[in-house]
Amino acid sequence: MELFLQQTFSGLAFGGIYACMALAVVMIYQATDHLNFAQGEMAMFSTYVAYTLITWGVPYWWTFLLAMAISFVGGLLVERIIVRPVEGTSVLNEVIVFIGLLAIFNSLAGWIWDYTIKPYPSPFPKEPILGNKFVGTHDLGVVGVTLVVLFAVFLFFRFTPVGLAMRAAAQDPASARLVGIRVGWMLALGWGLAAAIGAVAGMMVAPIVFLEPNMMGSILLYGFAGALLGGITNPAGAVVGGFTVGVLETLVGAYVPFIGNELKLSFALVLIIAVLVFRPSGLFGYVVVKRV
Amino acid sequence: MSAPTNARELAALSSGAKLSPMQVAGIGAALLVAFALPVFMSDYRTFQFTLVVVYAIAVLGLNILTGFNGQFSLGHSAFYAIGAYTAAIMMDQFGIAYYWTIPAAGTICLVAGFLFGLPALRLEGLYLALATFALSIATPQMLKYDHFEKWTGGVQGVVITKPDAPFGLEMSQDNWLYYFSLVIMIGLFVCAWNLLRGRSGRAMKAIRDNPIAARAMGINTALYKSLTFGVSALYTGVAGALGAIAIQFVAPDSFTFFLSVAILVGMVIGGIGSIPGAIFGGFVIVFIPNVAEQISKAAAWAAYGALLILFMYFMPLGIWGFLRMGYARLMRGRKAG
Repeated sequence: MELFLQQTFSGLAFGGIYACMALAVVMIYQATDHLNFAQGEMAMFSTYVAYTLITWGVPYWWTFLLAMAISFVGGLLVERIIVRPVEGTSVLNEVIVFIGLLAIFNSLAGWIWDYTIKPYPSPFPKEPILGNKFVGTHDLGVVGVTLVVLFAVFLFFRFTPVGLAMRAAAQDPASARLVGIRVGWMLALGWGLAAAIGAVAGMMVAPIVFLEPNMMGSILLYGFAGALLGGITNPAGAVVGGFTVGVLETLVGAYVPFIGNELKLSFALVLIIAVLVFRPSGLFGYVVVKRV
Repeated sequence: MSAPTNARELAALSSGAKLSPMQVAGIGAALLVAFALPVFMSDYRTFQFTLVVVYAIAVLGLNILTGFNGQFSLGHSAFYAIGAYTAAIMMDQFGIAYYWTIPAAGTICLVAGFLFGLPALRLEGLYLALATFALSIATPQMLKYDHFEKWTGGVQGVVITKPDAPFGLEMSQDNWLYYFSLVIMIGLFVCAWNLLRGRSGRAMKAIRDNPIAARAMGINTALYKSLTFGVSALYTGVAGALGAIAIQFVAPDSFTFFLSVAILVGMVIGGIGSIPGAIFGGFVIVFIPNVAEQISKAAAWAAYGALLILFMYFMPLGIWGFLRMGYARLMRGRKAG
């Protein structure tokens, strides 16, 4: 029982990170129908930026906010400068540009900060809260930070004019343009927000997996799995999906003997294919009806 | 008749159904150069050109799937790995001669690709890209799996010995492997050309251009799509086996997601939907890292990424498409003048 609880909590912590990635993925998907394959590498790059700020002596939570702000601007610029020329051409072109971005970010990080793994500090104290033995403080902190970010995103979309405009631009670009919303900029804002949320995921996972240029590859995969499971058309569903994938993955790794730690990624692969084949809309998404 | 004179001939040419004398001459010259190359080069250079041949086959495999059938794959590193491990395990564990591993790798990958193609039938564009992305991220981990370690060597991988030239030929091992791979490549390219210019090729292209219309015309889209996946995997698997023999070593970490990216880069730069473009692709994969690594060890992937994006902006048809367009323009100019 104790082991089970420990595993579940650690799964929830990873789930929070996957939920952030899933949300970032859904954010871009909803606005533009793209799956951003470079999302993970962008988050990794943001984390390196935060790492540099920390080595300059900036306090942790300032770093946290600064890194989010820098990622926001970075994501915005990437959309405006690099993604925009291929937008709406063909899926193949877009995927190729995303893969190009992925390679560039990965290699730039290796170039600037080299490939040795670096420790990244956690803002939370080492000793467990209230002396319990089930859950580490960092794990708890990750879940807390995730929930705060999600709540902020919800408030932003629900209660601000810009959030409303972004939703309108995603849902019906033509009509949104007619009422004076600058749709292109709304897409860019979406990219910026996704990059900032990705940065949170990166900074939260870095103390657990250590900082290195390839750290986000598998995290992004779980993020995709979470987004699909929850329904890629539904941000709240994606978050639930992210948490579910985190818990499932940890429990499967701990309790199914032949899977162990080595086939965890294959679990994500099977999950993705199973969802795509049997229930492409996910648990909470809606079915997209296409006219042919 | 040097230039095509009417629309029908032009269509026949562009679909590759017939070769013009110019094309025959070009292919002849290319073959001559390819066979003469090792005479003028060091063993190391020959080894590099063997890799060019290997990657050209892999790029052609991906191109059959993406360029001619419109299905994506970011997971071809997995099929490459299956081919490579098939060759390595057969040679290392069972002492089977290297040339038998090639058809075996091809067959296993054909089946693997076909099976992966079945669920992929329900996936379109982006989702197929996602599923194959997952496949290639998960591959290195699967290769490290404990229970297969007896055969795969786990993280350490498998070392294989380089074959000697047969029939008492006085030829270095590198030169022999180059010719061996080259002949296989030529065979596979001819097969691809034959496959794509005929009935099945037209069916594949019809599915690419308009799946619904293709089905309405009586094409069994499900069968063709999964078969194309299989054939594509076969090509990539053969490339993997040849690559393993040439490099003499397989290990899980040589088959990461970035191998898929490299094959994709080769396809995009060589030319999506062109057979000869695959050879350019092979050159790009082998020689760009060589050039870029003089700047920094990490620069190769930055160069790949930048090239991917720049080609998408400025030359979406790749080098081969660019050459073709240039040639067509030249001919038109001459005729007008």
